[in-house]
Amino acid sequence: MKIAEKKALKRESIIQTALQLFSANGFHKTTIPDIAAKLHMSVGNLYNYFSSKDILAQEIIKYTSEVLGEEIRKINMQDISAREKIRGIVTVYFTMAQEKPEMIEYFLRVYLSNREVFSDGCEGMVCVSGFITEIMIFFDDAVASGELRNQDFFSAFGLFMGYLGGMVFLKGEGVLPKEIEYYIDDISRNIYNALKA
Amino acid sequence: MILQSRNKPKLLWLQSITCNGNTHSFLNHPELFSILSHFELVHHPVLESAYTLENVIKGEVPCDLLIVEGAFKEEGFLKSGVEVSSVLKKYADKAKYIISAGTCATFGGIFKENDPEEISGFCFDGEEKTPRYESYASKLISLPGCPIHPRWLSYLLLMIASGNKVPLDTLHRPVELYGYTVHTGCTRNEYFEWKIDAKQFGVKEGCLFYEQGCQGPYTRGSCNKILWNDTSSKTRVGTPCFGCTEPGFPQAGLYRTKTHMGIPATMPLGIPRRAYLTLTGVVKSFKIKRFTERLMEYDK
Repeated sequence: MKIAEKKALKRESIIQTALQLFSANGFHKTTIPDIAAKLHMSVGNLYNYFSSKDILAQEIIKYTSEVLGEEIRKINMQDISAREKIRGIVTVYFTMAQEKPEMIEYFLRVYLSNREVFSDGCEGMVCVSGFITEIMIFFDDAVASGELRNQDFFSAFGLFMGYLGGMVFLKGEGVLPKEIEYYIDDISRNIYNALKA
Repeated sequence: MILQSRNKPKLLWLQSITCNGNTHSFLNHPELFSILSHFELVHHPVLESAYTLENVIKGEVPCDLLIVEGAFKEEGFLKSGVEVSSVLKKYADKAKYIISAGTCATFGGIFKENDPEEISGFCFDGEEKTPRYESYASKLISLPGCPIHPRWLSYLLLMIASGNKVPLDTLHRPVELYGYTVHTGCTRNEYFEWKIDAKQFGVKEGCLFYEQGCQGPYTRGSCNKILWNDTSSKTRVGTPCFGCTEPGFPQAGLYRTKTHMGIPATMPLGIPRRAYLTLTGVVKSFKIKRFTERLMEYDK
């Protein structure tokens, strides 16, 4: 394996490990030595990959945004109705919350709760554009086809993602009486009914 | 070179269904007579020339270079009791060059709106080729614009007079003039890049693309490179580009940008939607003080 490939793999493993620790323990309670220890690497070596904890946190949100964006992109590329795409996006989001809960947790509990960490270099949509772009494309297609009502982007975006984020938050708090997949049908229908033309 | 020959090319300017806008636009060219001096003006609708309209109709006028102004109708548009289409055909057959001057002559333009089935450009109906296209394609040069920019026409005439080859695109437009979009050279480009909207017409600040219907990013033309009256352009003074050089002109809702949930329904020419939206999302995250204030107020 080439050195560059090895470095890329190492870099991703740092992101994965830090993602889990930040999501579980919070940004401020997780230290660089904690992350290095879990990876069995030296603190100095870890700094060769990420020059600060803030930079590492920013790279993680870019990484999670790209992963989620890629999943939604696959749905966008399908020749199906907006109604079916909504169901696809809800399913992807909830599946990720089940299988990779650290990714959604990171967004809700680190990215949204520690804005000072992301104020320089991750302003606005800079670090989440991979995901936002796919949502924009979904809306654009759905309005162009006449299936969804034309309206302000953020009104629709807030309704869609706020709903999903809220459900995952409730799941994280352990107050949902049923597994999250149980709610996919109802939530997809609610979102569609709220946004349809 | 033709320019040095004793026999100047014979220029015939004919009008079909027109408002005279292209004729009048060309009359504003500051070097009009110098340009025309390279030709023998055998007939023109408003300038003094050697032949009368009667001579023209009879087919008696010599013609190397035919300029067609106005939209075209195969049957039913008569001047002096004669089908204009038959007169045009006579001279188009013998001309070495045919210039469709203006959007009506090129694509159908405003007049096509009145009767889209019967009225078209001379060789194009919108973007589609008319039956005449095959006969005249080898000598056709399209100069769309509503009206035509006088310096675009003079560029072409001088190129022809000098014996130079004029590179053309698939719609026969000179690439030198239509290879750009109107967006090129717009003084508002920094506002476009940073997604700062103009909130009203006539102001110096802000981009007119996002909210005011500007078609500059997908309209081919040199309006911001070769300025009107050598001074300015629509977008420079704060009016959106109407896309008047395009086959689809006139579009409905000239002052409105069609959007889908705030996303422009048409992307700037040649830019992939995903790439554009990614950039848009990123640049909108920055607040740049210089672009949020009136020019006259900033740095006071």
